Amino acid sequence: MSRFLPISIFIALAILLFVGLSKDPKQIPSPLIGKPVPEFQLSLLDDPQRKEDHTIFNQHITLVNVWATWCASCRAEHKQLLQLAKQGVRIIGLDYKDERSSALAWLNNLGNPYVMTLFDPDGRASIDWGVYGTPETFIVDQSGIIRYKHIGPISKQDVEQVILPLIRELQI
Amino acid sequence: MSRSLLLLVGLFLTLSAIAGTEQFEFETSEQEARFINLSTELRCLVCQNQSLADSNAGLAQDLRQEVYKLLKKGQTNEQIVDFLVSRYGDFVLYDPPLKLATFVLWFGPLVILISIGVVVFGMIKKQSTKTVTELSEQQRDKLEQILSQHADSGKK
Repeated sequence: MSRFLPISIFIALAILLFVGLSKDPKQIPSPLIGKPVPEFQLSLLDDPQRKEDHTIFNQHITLVNVWATWCASCRAEHKQLLQLAKQGVRIIGLDYKDERSSALAWLNNLGNPYVMTLFDPDGRASIDWGVYGTPETFIVDQSGIIRYKHIGPISKQDVEQVILPLIRELQI
Repeated sequence: MSRSLLLLVGLFLTLSAIAGTEQFEFETSEQEARFINLSTELRCLVCQNQSLADSNAGLAQDLRQEVYKLLKKGQTNEQIVDFLVSRYGDFVLYDPPLKLATFVLWFGPLVILISIGVVVFGMIKKQSTKTVTELSEQQRDKLEQILSQHADSGKK
């Protein structure tokens, strides 16, 4: 028994460290899951006069996508968002620490998947959402509860395996 | 002379304590100490091995501002830490709280240390209680024979 002890300790450690290697330290679990969306008052990207608050989430299942024009991986995930919008998913954009003019130009050029885009130039409202990097995507249910958070660009796989199934589940 | 040198060194030390270019003004030195304390205890989520005080990332600057504002509003350290934990989770803390999810983190090293101790102790004990087998008469004779042979060959 004790003859195998060193090798079994070694194997256990190797497995532990190997699993640790394959984990992404950027994926920090959000404490906001299961909580109501934070309170906010933000103007719209295309209409600075119009202010919106958390009531925009009432009665709808919504995907909230935090993006910025300076964020390269936001560009990478953009076509997934367009695809989701085409499939009837309601997406609200949250434009994080951005220039209004460049953000508008971005939507003009790449297409606009958002039913509306909230404009957060100083990033203060995004702190309440626990945003620490773009892109980030939340799923909010009909009663305004945050159900899911995705950190980093969403891939086709994420859409098919996580996002769409969860939305379908929430619809029931 | 040496006093002004000391002042100069002190000045550079305070400048390097908080990264970034923002200026924070405090009413009391106690408030300033709390600010420095808090921002070194909180982790920057973008560059994860830096504290809020060390990091130059945009988010770290914003969060420093936020900590500063809350401090100015008269919130306690606990309230400020809660503010950040409720948004970013325990991960912002360099000193994680003791709960079920962090149990392994807290006690894992102790468990490993104790089990290593037990194994090593067992090995030592085994070594020291090893029974010495007595040689038989024949074997002893043989041994003596061999030894004397070697002694002879050594003389030659």
